[in-house]
Parts: sequence; structure tokens; C-alpha cells
Amino acid sequence: MSDKVIKDTIITSSVKMSEGIYSMWLKEEEIAKAAKPGQFVSLYCKEGSQLLPRPISICEIDKKQGLVRLVYRVAGKGTLEFSNMQAGDSIKIMGPLGNGFTLEGKKVILIGGGIGIPPMLELAKSLDANVQVVLGYRDGDLFLKEEFEPYGTVYVSTEDGSVGTKGNVIDAINENNLEADMIFSCGPTPMLKGVKAYAMKNGIKAQISLEEKMACGIGACLACVCKSKEKDSHTNVNNKRICKDGPVFYVEEIDL
Amino acid sequence: MNMKVNIAGVEWNNPVTVASGTFGSGKEYGEFVDLNKIGAITTKGVANVPWPGNPTPRIAETYGGMINAIGLQNPGIDLFCQRDIPYLQKFADTKIIVNVCGKSTEDYCEVVERLADEKVDMLEINISCPNVKEGGIAFGQDPKAVEAITKEMKKRAKQPVIMKLSPNVTNIAEMALAAEAGGADALSLINTLTGMKIDINRRTFALANKTGGLSGPAIKPVAVRMVYQVAQAVSIPIIGMGGIMNAEDALEFIMAGANAVSIGTANFHNPKVTEEVIAGIESFMKENNIKDINDLVGCVK
Repeated sequence: MSDKVIKDTIITSSVKMSEGIYSMWLKEEEIAKAAKPGQFVSLYCKEGSQLLPRPISICEIDKKQGLVRLVYRVAGKGTLEFSNMQAGDSIKIMGPLGNGFTLEGKKVILIGGGIGIPPMLELAKSLDANVQVVLGYRDGDLFLKEEFEPYGTVYVSTEDGSVGTKGNVIDAINENNLEADMIFSCGPTPMLKGVKAYAMKNGIKAQISLEEKMACGIGACLACVCKSKEKDSHTNVNNKRICKDGPVFYVEEIDL
Repeated sequence: MNMKVNIAGVEWNNPVTVASGTFGSGKEYGEFVDLNKIGAITTKGVANVPWPGNPTPRIAETYGGMINAIGLQNPGIDLFCQRDIPYLQKFADTKIIVNVCGKSTEDYCEVVERLADEKVDMLEINISCPNVKEGGIAFGQDPKAVEAITKEMKKRAKQPVIMKLSPNVTNIAEMALAAEAGGADALSLINTLTGMKIDINRRTFALANKTGGLSGPAIKPVAVRMVYQVAQAVSIPIIGMGGIMNAEDALEFIMAGANAVSIGTANFHNPKVTEEVIAGIESFMKENNIKDINDLVGCVK
């Protein structure tokens, strides 16, 4: 049997972190017990016209207390509904979904961009390595940054140059002369393309977490595919399912 | 109380199946529901060779529904026969319906012939695929083409043939009659309605394919009306679908004339929906003292 569950669960806290970014803790012991960094859950809307579950990455897992934390951006009607929920409200959840990160490397760089930052937090906590964290933001609104500080050295890039390196995450890596034997990354596709190019050029192994519009979230509908280098053994074509085979892939496995 | 239905000589334990493309070959949903409890499993469409499908984004949510343009990505009939059919055979109580797609009559024929010696119970022919030889118009949008392809399928098929009708036509009954004239053993309807969504912030189409098939509860009244019209026109069994979310919806289709129902998009909203619909139909029958589900078929005239 699988370790996935689908059930109604209770929100234990729901707070606004910054403009459009929200943090929610859920009491869900089975998911907390089974979940790994880099996995995600599906949240279901109460509004009946919104049928599809919303895939959201897991930001933190508290196995002792049976809690799961999600940090998400309000991107549409579904996430807007979640942002209006409060502690004590119930919400339907399915998870844990996807493969998650493989924990490896001795000296690693975790690269998060925008709403790709949250899943890097549980990863930073879980790795037994020398952890360097590079976070890319648009401006000086540095949500979650301080929470990474206990787990590694944190470097920041901002598009407007207000904090840290002006530019992108790769600019920050270069400016700080960071070295690593392993890279983990999650963020917008243009950033992941840059991370892939950087990792390949420098011969560093890298895992990246992808995003795509999903329907079922469990690998049945084939909505959320990415292009794979090799013919995939399940689909029998050069497509992998992000929700099931991913969301985490080694950079050399896929075409971005 | 009898929940068994007979669709073209094949007895299902209950009148519930799943809509092709929403349920893969069952494996992923087997983690949430007992596949032995579903009357029949209709597989995702399979072609003679693997199809890579469309670019992403392939889906977008719309009010009370979704549009999809997966592009019939499938692993091809060889891997399907090796892997998916043996998996489905483990569920002895559940009938296996293989959905067949193709870009030419020859493609369809090849798949149907390949399936002749496989242990599957029924074939469902998706005639909403573009016919490359006829300039890309779907097989299912011209009654002559519907009759012709049905005849070709019937010549080759060892299993009963279900023709799946497209709703993107002026007169659905005409298509149903054409399929019946071609020798179809049963009909399933409706496939998705062609739709479009525009992302106003990016000033682009929500789907890479521009258009996609609309499904979900938004289309249910259209589907119920079409099932009713087809039921009035033909005498072969009908599998009704289009936006079924619960037992009440399923019963609407049955009362409109469907002998069985398929659940599609609702699986994405609730992976356990198939079992819940079956249980809900049973409760309705108990409450209303109905001894046989078949007594409700087409009871609203």
C-alpha cells in the first residue's frame, strides 16, 4: 500500500508573511510521518467551482508533533481561498506526493528563487553537510531568509539590488566564490535553466524541482509532463510526469 | 437489489466505469479505491505506436470544470499489452474496456487487431481524434465517416465495440444512428466540448494547444440532454458521461437513458469518487425501494 493519504485536516496556524505570501501549519500526523524534503501536497478548495487540487511544496515537517508547514504565494482563486482560512479551520489534503530530494553531498549549495524558496528550508534542516543557501528575491522583501540562518550560510540576490548581490542567484554564487559538490534548486524555469547551465559547466551534480499545471497530482492524467533526455520507462516516450516521477530531477535527465 | 447491468452481452457488477484519460490504467487510483468494486475500468486511449502528446501547459481550470489538451499521450499498444492489461486482469470482478485512438483508419485497425487475442472485455473507439487523411477533421464529426469507421472496427474486433461520440456536432442523434448503422454494439457519450481559455495577464492562451476539451460539472446539462436525445434515437446500450460528480448526477444520466455511466474529471477532485457514486446509487435504490437498477434506465421520457 502507498503512504499517500487523503483526508480532512486542521489548520493550526495561518499567517501572512509578506505581500501575497502566506504560511500555514497543518496537523496531519500521517503525512508528517511519511513526508520527505522536496515532496508536495495537494490542497482542495471548498468553493465547488474550483475542482482541481492545488499542488503546494512542503516547507517544513515536524514529525514529533505531526505537523506540516506550507508557504505559498496567492496566485489565483484557490490560493486566495486558503489565505483567508484561519487556525481551527479544516481543509482537505492529499499527500505526500512526488519523489522529493535525494540527500547527498558534503559541501552543497541550496538555491531557491521566489516561491521556490520554501521547499529548500526542510532540505536545509535535513542535510548532513556543509550547507550554503542562495536565495533569489525580487526586492528587499526577504521572506523566510532568517529561518535558513541556523542551518547554513545564507547569501541573497535581489533583482533591484536592494539587498545582497544585484542580479540573480548565479551572480550571487560567483560574487561570493561559492564552491560545492552538490546543488539543489527550486524556482522559476528561467532560473533553473541558469542553474542547470552553471552546474553542467562546473561539473557539479545538481537536483532541480520543477513545476507545471497539474490535474490529478498522482501520475494518472499526464497533464504535468516535462521533456526527458531518455525514453521514460513508464510513458514510453521522452516525457516524465512531474507529479509522480518528480518534481525533483537530476539536471541531466531533462530538457528545460 | 440488482446493480448488475448488461452492456452488449458483457455483464458489469454495477453501472459505473471511469472516463478514458482520467484514470490511466487504474494503477494510480488503486492507492485510493478498491478497483474490484468498479463495474468496469476504461483505460486511457492507446494507439498503434507511442504518442508524445502536446506541449505544456496541457490543462487549465475553468468555472466548474477544466479544459485539457493532453494530446492523447500514450505508450503504444505493445507496452500497453505487456504491462497494463496484465495489471487490470488482477481485478477479476472488474471488466476491462480499452479505449482506442488513431490518426487514420489503419491506425485504429492495427490496435483493434492487436487486441483481438488479449483478455479485454470491450473496446471503446475514440473518434474525436483528428483524421490526418481527411485534413484533420475528427472522424466523429461526419456521419458517413462515423459509419465507415464503425464498420471497419466491427470487421476486425473480437470484443464488443463501443463508439464514443463527440458532442462537437450539430445533431448528436445523427452520429449515434450512423454508429448504430455501422454495427456499433454500444455508444458512449459525451466526449469533451471544445473550449478555450485566455490568460489576460500574459495575453496568451492558457493551453499551449490554444483549444482544449471542456469537462466537469459545467458540461453536465449538455451531456444529459445529448444522452436523452440519443436514447430516443437508438436501441443499443448507452454509457453516459459528462460532469458526473456524485450519485445524483449519475442517476440523472441513467434516468435520461444511459445503461451505465462514466466518471471522469471528478476523479481529480475526489480520488475516491467512483466507490462513493456506487454506494450512493445503492442508497438511492434502497430509499426508493428499487429492486433493479435497470428499472431506472430511461424512466424519464
